[in-house]
Amino acid sequence: MSGDKEKIYLFDRPKNVDRLLKGFYATCILLVLADFILHRHIGFDWEKIPAFYAIYGFVACVLLVVVAKRMRNVLMRKEGYYDD
Amino acid sequence: MMTELPPFLLYFIAALLVAATRGLPRQLILLATPVVTGLYLWQSIEPGAHVVYSLMNYDLTLLRVDKLSLLFSYLFCIASFFAGIFSLHVKDTKQHVAGLMYAGSALGAVFSGDLITLFIFWELLAISSVFLIWARGTERALKAGMRYLVFQVLSGVLLLAGALVYYHQTGSLAFDHIGLDAGVAGWLIFIAFGIKSAFPFLHSWLTDGYPEATVTGTVLLSAFTTKVAVYSLARGFAGEEILIYIGVTMACFPIFYAVIENDLRKVLAYSLINQVGFMVTGIGIGTALALNGAVAHAFSDVIFKGLLFMSMGAVLYRVGNINGSDLGGLYKSMPKTTVLCIIGALSISAFPLFSGFVSKSMVMTALMQEDHGYLWLLMLFASAGVFHHAGIKIPYFAFFHHDSGIRTQEAPRNMLVAMGVAAALCIFIGTQPQYLYALLPWEVKYWPYDVTHVLAQTQLLFFSALAFVWLNKRGLYPPELRSVNLDAEWLYRRLLPTGAQRILNLLADIKESALTKISVQTQRVQNEFSKSPIAKYHLAESWQTGSMVFWISAILGAFLLLEIFGLGH
Repeated sequence: MSGDKEKIYLFDRPKNVDRLLKGFYATCILLVLADFILHRHIGFDWEKIPAFYAIYGFVACVLLVVVAKRMRNVLMRKEGYYDD
Repeated sequence: MMTELPPFLLYFIAALLVAATRGLPRQLILLATPVVTGLYLWQSIEPGAHVVYSLMNYDLTLLRVDKLSLLFSYLFCIASFFAGIFSLHVKDTKQHVAGLMYAGSALGAVFSGDLITLFIFWELLAISSVFLIWARGTERALKAGMRYLVFQVLSGVLLLAGALVYYHQTGSLAFDHIGLDAGVAGWLIFIAFGIKSAFPFLHSWLTDGYPEATVTGTVLLSAFTTKVAVYSLARGFAGEEILIYIGVTMACFPIFYAVIENDLRKVLAYSLINQVGFMVTGIGIGTALALNGAVAHAFSDVIFKGLLFMSMGAVLYRVGNINGSDLGGLYKSMPKTTVLCIIGALSISAFPLFSGFVSKSMVMTALMQEDHGYLWLLMLFASAGVFHHAGIKIPYFAFFHHDSGIRTQEAPRNMLVAMGVAAALCIFIGTQPQYLYALLPWEVKYWPYDVTHVLAQTQLLFFSALAFVWLNKRGLYPPELRSVNLDAEWLYRRLLPTGAQRILNLLADIKESALTKISVQTQRVQNEFSKSPIAKYHLAESWQTGSMVFWISAILGAFLLLEIFGLGH
């Protein structure tokens, strides 16, 4: 980076990033498995879908980002737009 | 007869003292004021206390105490305590005075027993808080502060107008349940509260003003104005169904803006609207559980949003910039701020064991109990979205992401202590919610920690995070770009000025063409005249101004001479 002497930080090593991500994926898998073992109370019918919350969370966020990106086409102006 | 001292007076006196002192004494006053006021409220003010002050035959109810107002007053003392620690290094007198006046006005507002007293504190909130924006000293801040003030004062004017109509209709000015059945008066007051709660289309003062305020000012701003409005809605309009729809809209639309916004304090401003959306929805549902959820969420929100604004403030203070596009890798030089920011992020995302979880789940459960299926789905979407933009985006783009090469220092010690206090509270409320629940105004049994809630929420959040990871790996995540995104403010910052300019141009054109027409006509008349035989006489010619003045002077001179020699008599 900026100098030879600079300390190597936690996430400068790709191995550490990799470990973090692997742990994260493992937790995600465990959470889905837990859905089949533990009993959830059901308030609405759609909650009966296996791993409903996991699917909903993933889809919701992908949709959110895709739509927000599209919004940029319409809404984005250069910095200082109002100052002109 | 005054029995108890209204707590806002302690803050106003402190504001005077802070103006007169410097250095250590001032710092002590800043720290002591919320502690002393908090202890006083805790020990000596009981529900049912009542203080009336007569002014010109009108009774101002300065202190009306019940569990609802007490809860908010504790909250405001806590907020001004950590905000006070956070701003201990600030030398600027006007910021400290404004901050204390602002916090005091918030206390005054939640204890107001009638609409006129409420109006007075409503306007004091507006006037004191704008100095926290102006104190930034930039031209942008000056202009944004002006726009902010216009909205705030408008809200006050509507409140006063509503109060007067309300008095005319009912003969009472008591600030209790008002409701939209009160007709025009109800609607005027509703919109006044709505402006301050940042209802959709009335929200842009918040996203416009808050990011322009000073490092420490934004922390205070995020705590008081919208929460006073939430309190007022809970008191005046609990159970109004329209609030459910407004609240759901508020929870959903800002998250899209938050995803594409570059200024990280503006991202937090959008997420502030999103969180107030959950409170407004709870108030709209109006059941005991929903109302408790709304005010409990206000309580958690002030603390975790304060923590997040403090962590971004610390970055701005150290780096001088808060744009996501220019930051990254700051965990290397600000590790403590990073950890504290992550605690705030986990709290706003409502992770189990953090404060957002124990309050937001009440509103979600209330929606389910009242069988609002589709709205519940939308709010679940908003919950996932919060994690996405506030929980991940804020810490990720500031502290991780690619290394921006910025090497700076850890936040100053007072800032770390302030963030530490807020972070400790987030975890305390999240793990020991019974203490917060005991303060809630309505009687209801509720406990957030069961298998269903914890599992569902954890799945939702982890898979939202998974979506973030996946989008990033695929290169689909929108990069942070230096830009402005059009929002409701476009209406008055672009459409109105350009519209007005167009109208002015149009009027100028009309004037121009009218003048041309008239001069053409006069020219034509003169031409006609010069053709006529009269024009040949010497006197009918057009004279030069100079010669006219000369001849008039000559005539006047002649009169003067006649007068002097007495020939006129």
